[in-house]
Amino acid sequence: MIEVEHLTKFYGPVPAIADLSFRIDQGEIVGFLGPNGAGKTTTMKVLTGFLPPTSGSARVDGLDISQNALQVKERIGYLPENNPLYTEMTVEAFLSFAARAKGLAKGAAAAAVFATVADCGLEAVRGRIIGHLSKGFRQRVGLAQALLNNPPVLILDEPTIGLDPAQVVEIRQLIQSLGRERTILLSSHILPEVSQVCQKVIILNQGRIVATDTVAGLTAQLQNSRKVRLTVRGPREEILRALAAQAGVIRVEAGGAEEEYRVELEKDREVRADLSRTIVRQGWDLLELVSQELSLEEIFVQLVTEENPAAEAELKEAVDDL
Amino acid sequence: MRGFLAVFKRELYAFFVSPVFYVVGTIFLAIAGYFFYTGVAYFSLISFQAAQNPFMGAQVNLNDMVIKPLFDDISIILLLMVPLLTMRLLAEEKKTGTLELLLTYPLRDLAVLLGKFLATLLVLLILLSATLVYLLILSGFGEFEWGVVLSGYGGLILLCAAFVALGLFVSSLTQNQIIAAVLGFGALMMFWVVGWAGSLSGPAVGQVVKYLSIMEHLDSFTKGVLDTRDIAYYLTFCAFFIFATLRYLDSQKIRG
Repeated sequence: MIEVEHLTKFYGPVPAIADLSFRIDQGEIVGFLGPNGAGKTTTMKVLTGFLPPTSGSARVDGLDISQNALQVKERIGYLPENNPLYTEMTVEAFLSFAARAKGLAKGAAAAAVFATVADCGLEAVRGRIIGHLSKGFRQRVGLAQALLNNPPVLILDEPTIGLDPAQVVEIRQLIQSLGRERTILLSSHILPEVSQVCQKVIILNQGRIVATDTVAGLTAQLQNSRKVRLTVRGPREEILRALAAQAGVIRVEAGGAEEEYRVELEKDREVRADLSRTIVRQGWDLLELVSQELSLEEIFVQLVTEENPAAEAELKEAVDDL
Repeated sequence: MRGFLAVFKRELYAFFVSPVFYVVGTIFLAIAGYFFYTGVAYFSLISFQAAQNPFMGAQVNLNDMVIKPLFDDISIILLLMVPLLTMRLLAEEKKTGTLELLLTYPLRDLAVLLGKFLATLLVLLILLSATLVYLLILSGFGEFEWGVVLSGYGGLILLCAAFVALGLFVSSLTQNQIIAAVLGFGALMMFWVVGWAGSLSGPAVGQVVKYLSIMEHLDSFTKGVLDTRDIAYYLTFCAFFIFATLRYLDSQKIRG
């Protein structure tokens, strides 16, 4: 549903995201995880057509975001960062405006507003001025405007930020119920949130993808293995085979660039020395051996420490269970 | 132009729930009413003197002595007031982040800008139409040419359109409404007083400078002359600033 290829966005000389590639299939709920400034918001702004990419491309529902901007925008419901709303309008007036702006005809717009108000639990406040609503209701209004034209893709930027714990739970449930028939990309800097709502996680740090995995896979990876990136000059197939045969290696895959390999190692064994010895003995050139586990762990720590104490206890429990 | 109507209506909604419109409207009508009153009072004074002097009586008429000065005065009030109405158009949306919402809806940027532009123009038309009451009152006491009045209003509407287009542009430059208003004042003032330099420079340059002046072109309308040069000036002015706004928004997206 969403395909991103080598997406790069520079703010002046600074790359906010660099060479991002990932894909999200139809019906998946995917979490964008990363510390503040990792490039989550920028990626979302590019996908929704608010910012043009510096280079690279992205397709939504097979349509290129630059060439078919309007059609792509029709297919995306977007909740921007900080949930901007026209606070001087009433809920109903605002939603009617949004429905009409999204190109629904008058009758269809009225029906869509009626249905969405019910879906998002806004019946009680439909005539109230948005500026007077509590943060939880505002968040619902933000979700409602994203849902109006029933788009197949939802992009939600930090949908639960700044809410109290009860509201967070409500919004998470709402998102999960929406995800049954839609593709959802949501961002968060809170790991437990993503692990509850999402099937797949993309971890970003400093504009690059650090890991893409299912929630279960990711947790296992953090607990039991370490990742190493190798750059080796030599015959690709043979290298892959030799690396996989090495004791202590869990998984080997060819990396994005040529001569690059990603190797997953058992955590409690020092396999790196064996790996380099094997490669050199075979007469291949070992150009680089980079441990990736540290950065992932660092991010993990950052993500966990930013959650509230209750969630932290929850996480500890989860870790203990493993 | 899809979605234009939605933006247009929302913008009107925003005007009518905002106190700014009511304050600006009240002050505008109070000042315009004062100018109208002094104009009529002065006219009645002159009329008494003219009654003793038949030669002077031939010169005295409402169109030249009340209505044309009134239109000129209104144009000055507008120059001061319109930036206050246009300052929030884009600056506020940039500040609150709703511009992101608007620009990620399946709308063309031009539809957004035209919706805002025409909604503001309609608000000004409503204010201007309130001044029609003065002329209805006047028509009960004396005779004047309605044709000239109509062309005068036509000129004022074009003038308003030009003010709004410039206001929209400066509002796109900043997140701060005060800055947008001050830039609007400054730019409109410059476009007004640039005409004064016309008499100082040489004949060729003087013509050009005079042509640039935004108030100069109103003159023919208030005299009852419809000159295509003046109409073209105002329309070009509007098109230029709406286009500039469009380009500026684009350039901002690229820089991020």
